[in-house]
Amino acid sequence: MTDIPLIFEMSQPGRRGWRPPALDVEDAPLEELIPAGLLREDAPELPEVTELDVMRHFTRISSLNMCIDTHFYPLGSCTMKYNPRVTEKCARLPGFDLHPYAPVESSQGTLELLHGLQRMLCELTGMAAFTLHPAAGAQGELAGILVARAWHESRGERRSKVVIPDSAHGTNPASARLGGYEVVTIRSDGRGRTSPADLRMLMGGDVALFMLTNPNTLGLFEDGILEIADIVHQAGALLYLDGANLNALAGIVRPGDLGFDIVHVNTHKTLATPHGGGGPGAGPVGVAGHLAEFLPGWVVEQDERERFRLSRPARSIGQLRAFFGSTAVLIRAYAYLRALGGPGLRENSLTAILNANYLRCRLRETFAPHVDEPCMHECVLSAKAQKKRGVRALDIAKRLLDYGFHPPTIYFPLIVDEALMIEPTESESKSTLDGFVDALLKIDREIDECPDVVRGAPHSTPVGRLDEVSAARRPVLTMPVEG
Amino acid sequence: MDWTGSSAEERREMLAAIGVDSVEELISGIPRQVEALPGLPGGLDEASLLRHVSALAGRNRPAGPGKCFIGAGAYEHATPAVVEALVSRGEFSTTYTPYQPEVSQGTLIAAFEFQTLIARLTGLDAANSSMYDGASATAEAALLAMRQTGRKEVAVSGAVHPEWTAVIRTYLSGVGAHIRTVPDEGGRTPLRGIEAVVDGDVACVVVQQPSFFGQLEDLRAAAKAAHAAGALFVAACNPLALGILASPGECGADIAVGDVQPLGIPLNFGGPYAGYMAVREWLVRQMPGRLVGMARDSRGRRGFTLTLQTREQHIRRERATSNICTNQALVALAATVYLCLLGKQGLRDVARQNAVRARRAAERLLEIPGVSLAFDGPFFNEFVLRLPRDAAEVCRRVTERTGIWPGLDLGRFRQDLADCLMVCVTETKTAEDVEALKTALEDALR
Repeated sequence: MTDIPLIFEMSQPGRRGWRPPALDVEDAPLEELIPAGLLREDAPELPEVTELDVMRHFTRISSLNMCIDTHFYPLGSCTMKYNPRVTEKCARLPGFDLHPYAPVESSQGTLELLHGLQRMLCELTGMAAFTLHPAAGAQGELAGILVARAWHESRGERRSKVVIPDSAHGTNPASARLGGYEVVTIRSDGRGRTSPADLRMLMGGDVALFMLTNPNTLGLFEDGILEIADIVHQAGALLYLDGANLNALAGIVRPGDLGFDIVHVNTHKTLATPHGGGGPGAGPVGVAGHLAEFLPGWVVEQDERERFRLSRPARSIGQLRAFFGSTAVLIRAYAYLRALGGPGLRENSLTAILNANYLRCRLRETFAPHVDEPCMHECVLSAKAQKKRGVRALDIAKRLLDYGFHPPTIYFPLIVDEALMIEPTESESKSTLDGFVDALLKIDREIDECPDVVRGAPHSTPVGRLDEVSAARRPVLTMPVEG
Repeated sequence: MDWTGSSAEERREMLAAIGVDSVEELISGIPRQVEALPGLPGGLDEASLLRHVSALAGRNRPAGPGKCFIGAGAYEHATPAVVEALVSRGEFSTTYTPYQPEVSQGTLIAAFEFQTLIARLTGLDAANSSMYDGASATAEAALLAMRQTGRKEVAVSGAVHPEWTAVIRTYLSGVGAHIRTVPDEGGRTPLRGIEAVVDGDVACVVVQQPSFFGQLEDLRAAAKAAHAAGALFVAACNPLALGILASPGECGADIAVGDVQPLGIPLNFGGPYAGYMAVREWLVRQMPGRLVGMARDSRGRRGFTLTLQTREQHIRRERATSNICTNQALVALAATVYLCLLGKQGLRDVARQNAVRARRAAERLLEIPGVSLAFDGPFFNEFVLRLPRDAAEVCRRVTERTGIWPGLDLGRFRQDLADCLMVCVTETKTAEDVEALKTALEDALR
């Protein structure tokens, strides 16, 4: 089997794809317009291909991907639910394609939609105000952290630490550091949760923020949350919700009612905007009333004449990206929320919880749950028993590919040995879940019957297991120009 | 409506397998549950939803073809139909970050091609697979320079887009670093200004090409001045302009950043766009964001995979080079398709056409009595007109009377430029469109 060609390898001198409109003004040599010293010496080595070459190349390589549209994709903590096509259609309505500096009178429809989205997110999370500005969840985290810092500073306080559980996503500590804070890690207790007693020991006057994912990355609801909120607030700190797992709570409980002061929402998770192979996402951030004046970017307001306009919060931490936000993503999120409504969101969350618990119950005899009790929207199992029999979580994940399933997240959370983190979402049917369980049970049998088949997997994919160690040792990050 | 997967009967079977009567039993430990969310009323069916959202879209008043002369960091360009056709494919749009390379070669190959295209455009050694946007990419470049040099100040030209400067400021505020502004002169960055501001505390100098005001900068001189003080040089470049302009690499830049929006990405009221970042080889391991590398599989076949991940947050946590996780993969794919379609000659043609059309448009508009160029240097596709009256007011009048958006009133960013109108002319504006703009401006100024 030959290598899949790159577009550069299809290039033939003189081939042309798309052409710009014909020039209808007097032409001029470039050197008359721009001094020669500012011009490029050689044209950049872009491929020379036809439109059909491009169409075929990208269509062909697209078929090498597993995706939600073709496969079950139970990647834990990523909420790979179905992306309804009607929301795509909404986002592509031509009326929305406005310049970001469009006159405010010309953008009332977009502003009304964004205003509605802010309000719906407030209702969903129990927060007082939302900014739709951040580009993704991690940027939302940074926004929330800087808001917390600005609030403390407005009270004349300079606190230096952020407390984060050891089960948290890596973005949490990375964002805290980017916000200028020292990270203090709190260990999960024997039940896989943050123990209020442990937290109390760490909450000194130097702690600005406690960042919690709830349900946490073990798929467990942090049931000490009310006490945790009290402890955090009594210490003069703020409580942050990493909303990555909001798909378990939407329509059931509101983070604001649980005591959270700041929450970010990943639209490409809970609100079904397509993940795009790694973005674009959007990371709206909601805050309690006392923090609203610090929000980044702009909020959409309605004035006394019922006209919508953008307004900068009075003591805003500033801007995190150019322009208002990832509006086309936000339109999809709006459409999704309007389609579901409160009852639909609740139905989603309950179904996601049902599906995860069904998988847990069917698999628990074979793959030990890290904590054996009802989970929320995802369950974390361990392949440590399989490891003793000579096969790792990685091998099991790769073997699942041969059975036509995208694997769960593996080796995360870091605190679980040989973790398999499975998030089925509400989109999947019982038969799909059963097929997935059957595949995992079969792989477990294969460990005894034909271990090398499992260890050598995958066998049916466009490429086999890649040598990532060599790739990182001598990285090749671009295609060299030939000749 | 909802999109849940199982029938009522299947749900009953699942509940039985779990051993409970209802899902609610599984979540009884959650306090303060809500029964309903009155602010999120019952859902809409597909037809009603489309009708509702279409009505909202209908409340916008887009300028329409040939009538939007606003640029300022977001540009209206002709977009090949193939771009949307390809990025709409579910095989690209409904995948996650390619953690399992064996079943993600489509996403990974496209990202590797993006990295290669950006490296070739910028004349640098390596590029990452995208950042959130040009502004945050520039801020991340400043942070990279600080890590590399151990210095705590960042020199930013006053001719950089004010929103980009604001973003750099926010990112620096987190780590307690500061901006030193190099005051702009004539819409550009004066060399002696850089020399005056940059010293041994400055990690990098940031200059934008073209400048926010559309003027072309002398990147070579700026790079030299930065390097003379031991600082890195960061060039924030419009990638389309690089079809004709000297690449940051050949000008001596250490890092090139920018926004790929001009490469076939719809305006969409500000996003999603995508940032790019390219660096010299010795900076690769300091880069933020996802990198895709070439690898071999067990049978020696070529494949692609995420690489150098030990820089990243999911492994390095608080010691990562950045907190970025999700980036803008699908937007980068759109830019990749655009660049491949245009190709070597096409990109040059489009860039050249922008320069020609903008020049001819400026010549015509300068025939209006009382109108002059605010800055006298060469430009790419954007130029600033000084008007005999307040530019915001002129914009309002022109739009009210003709529906044309004549450009950006610079007073919104700088009081001293309140009589300045920045006009952008790309390949989407015909001679006739420019005549209509000229007539409209004449009327508004009369």
